[in-house]
Amino acid sequence: MNVIEIKGLKKIYQETAVEVKAVNGIDLNVAQGEFTAIVGPSGSGKTTLLNLIGGLDTPTEGQVIVDGTDLGKLSSSQLIDFRLHNIGFVFQSYNLIPVLTAEENVEFIMHLQGVHKTKRQQRAKSLLTAVGLGDRINSRPAKLSGGQQQRVAVARALASHPKFVLADEPTANLDSKSTETLLEIMLKLNKEEGVTFVFSTHDQRVVQKARRVVTVEDGKVVSDIVKKNGHLHNESSETVSI
Amino acid sequence: MNRIFILAWRNIWRNKRRTIITIASVFFAILLALVMRSMQLGSYGHMIDTIVHSYTGHIQLHANGYWKDKTLDNSFEGSDSLTKVIESVEGISLVVPRLESFALASFSSKTKGVMVIGVDPAQENKLTDLSEKVVDGKWLTSETNGTALGQTLAKYLGVDIGDTLVLISVGYQGMSAAGVFRVSAILKLASPEMDNSFVFVPLQKAQDFYSAPGRLTSYAMLIDNNQKLAEEASDLQKILGKSHFEVMTWEQMMAQMMQQIEADNVSGLFMLAILYMIVGFGIFGTLLMMISERKRELAVMIAVGMKKTRLALVIASEVLFITLVGLCAGVAAAFPLIMYYYHHPVWLTGQTAEAMLNMGFDPVMPFALQSDFFIAQSLVILIIAFVAGIYPVISVFRITPSKDLRR
Repeated sequence: MNVIEIKGLKKIYQETAVEVKAVNGIDLNVAQGEFTAIVGPSGSGKTTLLNLIGGLDTPTEGQVIVDGTDLGKLSSSQLIDFRLHNIGFVFQSYNLIPVLTAEENVEFIMHLQGVHKTKRQQRAKSLLTAVGLGDRINSRPAKLSGGQQQRVAVARALASHPKFVLADEPTANLDSKSTETLLEIMLKLNKEEGVTFVFSTHDQRVVQKARRVVTVEDGKVVSDIVKKNGHLHNESSETVSI
Repeated sequence: MNRIFILAWRNIWRNKRRTIITIASVFFAILLALVMRSMQLGSYGHMIDTIVHSYTGHIQLHANGYWKDKTLDNSFEGSDSLTKVIESVEGISLVVPRLESFALASFSSKTKGVMVIGVDPAQENKLTDLSEKVVDGKWLTSETNGTALGQTLAKYLGVDIGDTLVLISVGYQGMSAAGVFRVSAILKLASPEMDNSFVFVPLQKAQDFYSAPGRLTSYAMLIDNNQKLAEEASDLQKILGKSHFEVMTWEQMMAQMMQQIEADNVSGLFMLAILYMIVGFGIFGTLLMMISERKRELAVMIAVGMKKTRLALVIASEVLFITLVGLCAGVAAAFPLIMYYYHHPVWLTGQTAEAMLNMGFDPVMPFALQSDFFIAQSLVILIIAFVAGIYPVISVFRITPSKDLRR
């Protein structure tokens, strides 16, 4: 079952005299439980694509359908509400709320959802334990390392029981050990709890762990490779050698 | 809601130094405003009190046209029934009858134009407290044929207690008036003009002197609350009608003094406006900095599902907290200070004191202690904070996550 359906998606910026086609006609489906990496050189349109999928930006043309809802038909306020209940976000620079503790950061989303205090405290603790930070729940972001902050961000993204998690270069600011730990956690959540991850990355270590790699260049998908039983299968053409 | 306040409270302390400076600006503004205002209102109150209790009362009743043409022909028949009607008006606490006119006062070889004021000694004393101003002799009684006069006038005429003062004038309807009065008391009147020209005689003796039995030129009144001055005057005028009587407030009778107070009040308010404007820009600058350096963070909050209205509420709460902390601290510091000076007014000395004495006022700088100006100044600060917060709060609605996340 597809949780994300993208049809003929275009995003054209006209900030100067020159027209920039950041996303130039992308068709893409993401099924429930996928662990998908979107790769491509800088300026290829990865972040714009993620913003469009996450309802942070509106397309110039085409549709983004999340779990049957066409995001283009939602008002700005409805989009905020939709994101709150359906999409988890992990950002490159962690972007935790600095004045809240790790637990409060995770709880924050559930608080916005109106979850009861006891329930949200329980879930925040269990998520932080799941990402290996059960002993740092009362620490504020400034007291945590980059890797730890990103793990809190993952826990925060999962707090609302989202349909999928969008991560924009989640390992870009992490050292190799933190990257490995984070990837392990994300893969574990993907395997054991069926959380769908869609993330953009430049990092080959992340690409290697991904089970589907979508390559974007000049706003278009140039390859879409799925790893199945040790083989790489190009969704847009035929199976290729491993 | 609780979380919004927690978030706002913690946010304002992210940059402690900046927040403390902003709070301090609110603190000093409200402290200065309250102390300044207390001094101003205190001195106005003292001036008004001096005027009201030295001569005019809060309200006066005259026959129509008397105030423009102060002659005995513009007097009216005083009566117990009229006094009762006046006393029936709620808020009027004292009614004092008077008959006033000019006369020539002579003693020995000295003569001077004076203002003869016929008074009910007991009633008059309740209004002007003249018995307390006696520097020599005894305050009048209704029965005596005595007179009480200001010490400057007494000094000029060279009279002393027990001497006989000759008064000559024109009485009611052109009757000639001449009489002799024994000097019973010499008074120290606050106003130099009054001290140099006022001669008090018992009412009935004055009526006899002016051939105006039972007639009065005014009823001077005190009311319970000066704030209700216009209301009380209007009520009285309504009851008595406009055909025979004019009802005037002390503000109308002392128009020049009132204008001086108003002009001084406006200049004080203008100073406060400048002070508040500076504070307003201070708050505005702080908020603008707080927003602009947190745009990315605010964009993240919107991205993860926080409604812009809720986020605006966080920013509004931050404005409110900064203002309230400064405001409460300022009021807490100002209150004991004002309270102290309210009970221990500052007595002036030197030339300033002399100048005030010459104007007929005690050389004192009293402070006012009224809840209304505490409330008014606090509201002004809150309104300024509200206005300063409008733009930063609006700017929350302009945040676009896709754009501001890239900052």
